[in-house]
Amino acid sequence: MISSGFFGALARIYPPGRLLTRTAELAPYESDGLTAFRVRPGGVVLPTSADEVIETVRLCHRFGVPFVARGSGTSLSGGSVPIEDGLLIGLNKMNRILQYDPQERIAVVEPGVINQRASQISVGDGLYYAPDPSSAAVCTIGGNVAFNSGGAHCLKYGMTSNHVLGIKGVLPDGEVVQFGGPSLEQVGTDLLGMFVGSEGLFGCALEITLRLLPKPEKYYTLQAAYRSLEEAGNAVSMVVASGLLPGALEIMDRLAMNASDAAVQANYPKDAQAILIVELEGPIEEVDAETPLLQKLIDDSGAYRVDVAKNAAERLKIWTGRKCAFSAVGRLSPDFIVQDGVVPRTKLGEALARIDEISRQSGIPVANVFHAGDGNLHPLILFDGRTPGALERAEEVAAEILRLCIKLGGSITGEHGVGLEKRAFFEEMFGKKDTDLMRRIRDAIDPGQIANRGKMLPDTSAPALTHRGLHPVEKQGLAFRS
Amino acid sequence: MQQPSTIEELQEIVRQSPRVHVRGGGTKSALSSGAGVSMEKLTGVIEYDPSEFTFTARGGTPVREVETLLSGSGQYLPFDPVWVDQGATLGGTIASGLSGSGRFRYGGVRDFILGLQFVTGDGESHAGGGRVVKNAAGFDFPKLMVGSRGSMGIITQVTFKVFPRPQRYATVRVKVTSPLEGSALLQKLARSSLELACLDYQPPGEVVMRVGGLASALARRVERITELVALPVEVLLDEEEQGVWRAAREFSWMPTEDTLLKIPLLAGQIVSLEAMLSSIGLASTPRRYSVAGNVCWLAWPADRGPADLVAILSKLDSRAMAIRGKPWGVLGSVRDAEFQKRLAQILDPAGKLACRY
Repeated sequence: MISSGFFGALARIYPPGRLLTRTAELAPYESDGLTAFRVRPGGVVLPTSADEVIETVRLCHRFGVPFVARGSGTSLSGGSVPIEDGLLIGLNKMNRILQYDPQERIAVVEPGVINQRASQISVGDGLYYAPDPSSAAVCTIGGNVAFNSGGAHCLKYGMTSNHVLGIKGVLPDGEVVQFGGPSLEQVGTDLLGMFVGSEGLFGCALEITLRLLPKPEKYYTLQAAYRSLEEAGNAVSMVVASGLLPGALEIMDRLAMNASDAAVQANYPKDAQAILIVELEGPIEEVDAETPLLQKLIDDSGAYRVDVAKNAAERLKIWTGRKCAFSAVGRLSPDFIVQDGVVPRTKLGEALARIDEISRQSGIPVANVFHAGDGNLHPLILFDGRTPGALERAEEVAAEILRLCIKLGGSITGEHGVGLEKRAFFEEMFGKKDTDLMRRIRDAIDPGQIANRGKMLPDTSAPALTHRGLHPVEKQGLAFRS
Repeated sequence: MQQPSTIEELQEIVRQSPRVHVRGGGTKSALSSGAGVSMEKLTGVIEYDPSEFTFTARGGTPVREVETLLSGSGQYLPFDPVWVDQGATLGGTIASGLSGSGRFRYGGVRDFILGLQFVTGDGESHAGGGRVVKNAAGFDFPKLMVGSRGSMGIITQVTFKVFPRPQRYATVRVKVTSPLEGSALLQKLARSSLELACLDYQPPGEVVMRVGGLASALARRVERITELVALPVEVLLDEEEQGVWRAAREFSWMPTEDTLLKIPLLAGQIVSLEAMLSSIGLASTPRRYSVAGNVCWLAWPADRGPADLVAILSKLDSRAMAIRGKPWGVLGSVRDAEFQKRLAQILDPAGKLACRY
C-alpha cells in the first residue's frame, strides 16, 4: 500500500482532478495496447510541467513508490502497464511544442506530444518527422522515445533513436540530466543513444529535440499481387539486390488481406495469396528514373496484378489498408496476439514457411503482415479467449515463433519493445551474462527499481495474462497497431 | 605496445593491467597518443551478405578493407568515415564518434551501428545490439560506445548496416561573399527536398555540395540545385569531384602541427563563431563547416592554450573534442556526468578504461 504521507505530498503538487485515486478514475489506466495485461495502479497523476514530473519522481524515490510514466498507453508489449500500488504518471497534458525552428529543422517537444503533430506543425515548411508507427495518430513522442518505436520506413530512415537529437530527462532518483543537443553531431559518449529505447528503466524524458526532414518531393507507391507468399518474398530480394533503396517494402498475406478488406474495403485481388507494397520516394527526377527499374523488377517477379497510386488519395488508401491490418484482424477473431520478431531478410522465406507449419500443426490461424525490407515480422495469432486454454495455446505459438527468430539470428522485437510480454525470451536472445550486465546497469541507475519496475528485464513477477480483445481506442478505429 | 590477436588475449591484458588505453589505426593522435594496446591484429571481416545490407567485422579492421569489400557489391558506409586512406579502423571510428560530410544524407556512425562485442574494464567480453537491421531489444550498447573513446568498453567486433551506393555523383561549388551568406545558403539547401548527399561551407567564400543517384537523373538534379542556389556555380564530375570529398574526409586541408577540433553547432551559429574567431586573431585559421553547418572542424594553432576555446564553447553552448594534436579530450560544460558515472561503475569498476585524454 502507498502511504498516506506520499499522497499528502502529491496533493501539495497536484490539484484535485490531476491526482486520481478513486477506483473509477483509475480504471482507464489499467492496461495499455496489450490488453491481455491489466493492473490497477495505486494512483495517477497528470502533470502539466517538467517541474511537476521532477518533483513527483523525487517523491517516488523518497517514499520508495514505483512509477510508470506513460503517454497514450499504446504499447503493444505491455511496456506501460501500471504497477500494482505504484504511481502512474500520465504525460498527455505535457503536450506543448517548446520550440520549432524550421531553419535548423528541429522541434523541441514535451513527451506528451502526439507523434503526428510533429509532422503537422512543420508541414507548412515542407518538413516532417520521419518515424511513423501505425499508432501515430494517438501515440506520444515520449512513449516512442522510451521504446525506440519504428514504423514502415525504418530500413531507409531508422527508428526513433535516429531522429532524436537531445533529451532533457529525469533519472529515477530525481537527478535531472541533459543528453545531446540541437545539432546533428555531438562529441563525447553517446548517452542519448543509451537512454532512448531503455523502456522507461532510466527515468522519464521531459523535453525532446527532434530532427525534422524535408518531405520527399515525390512518392511512387505500388501494390503488387502474387499467387504465393514465396513469390512476394522473392520480389523483395530482387528489389534489394537491384540497388534501389525504397522507403518501404511491406507484405501482407491472404488472411491479413481478408481482415483489411473487411475493415476498410481495401479491395485486394480475391485470388492473391500475398501483396507487396513498395514505395519509392525522393526528388522527382530520381523517382522518375527509378520507377521503370522497379516496374521491370516487379513484372519479372511474377506479380500478376500491379496497382500504382495515381495520387495522394490512392497512396493513402494503400497505406490505410496496410496500417489497419492488425486491428482489422479483430473482425476475423475475437482475440489475437501480435508478435514483432525480426529475422535476417534472407531468412524471411524460411521463417514464413516455418510459421505456416507451426500454425497448421497447432490448428491456430496466423495472419502475417510485415516490414519485409528489414525482416520485421508481425505474425497475428488468432484465438478465442472464451475457449478455455485458447490463450495459453496461442501464447505457445507466439513463443515458438519468437524462438524461431532467435534461432535464425534475429531479434525478439523490431519495434514494440520487450515490455512485460517478451521478458521470458530476453535471456534466450542475449544470454545470461549480457542480461546480467544490463541488470547491473539498471541497478546502478535505479537501485530501488522505481522506474517501470518489472519491464524488459526478466527478474520480477509479471501480472497474469487474461484475454481482453481489442483496446477501446482500436474498437473506435482511432488507433492501429503495427 | 601490446598487440592481442584474440579476444581472450585482450581480456587477459585488461585483467592484468592497472590501466588500458587502446588504439586502432592511430589516425586520431589526440585520442590515441600514449596508448599501450594496439588493435591492429584483431582484424578481419567475419560475415558479409550484400542482400542483408549488413556486415560483421573485428574491431581493428581497417575501414579501407571494408570499403573495398562493400564496393564490390555496389554498397557503402553512408556515414562517410574519416581518415580511411590513412588507416582508420572500425573500432576507432565508433569510439571517436566521427562521421564525414556524407553523414548529412542518412545519418552518422551512430545511425549505422547495429551490434557489437566489447570487453569491459573487468576483462569480461559482452555483446549488445544484434545482427539484423532492425532491433529494439535491450539497452543500446552499440550507441553507448559511440564517442566513448574506450571508456565504456573496448570494441572487439561490430555489425554495421550498409546501403547501396549511388550510381553516380556530381559536386556543385558556389562562391559566397560572407559567413552570413554561406550559412543562409546552407540552411536553404538543407531544407530543400533535393536530397543532397553532402553540404559543406569552407570559409570565407565557398559552399560545396554533392548529389548522388542514378546517372540518368543526375544532370537534371544538378540543374535544379543550380536554380535553387541562384548564384554562379561550378559543376565537378568524376575524379575531380571525388577528390573534393576525399580531401574533406582525409582532412588534407588541416596543418598537421595544429590541434584539430570537432565542434557541434547549428548553421545559425556560424556567423557568431566566425566573429569570435576573428576577435581572438584566428580569422585565418583553417576550418570547415560540415553537415550543413552542424559541425565545425577547426584547426587550433599549436601555440595556443584552450582558454579562448572554452570561452567560445560557453557562448555557443556547445562542446569540443580534440582529435589530432593536443590531448585535450572533450572540452565544455557537461550535463550528463551523473548518468555516465553510474554506467562506468558497472562497465569499468576499477577505472581502468577511464579517458585521461
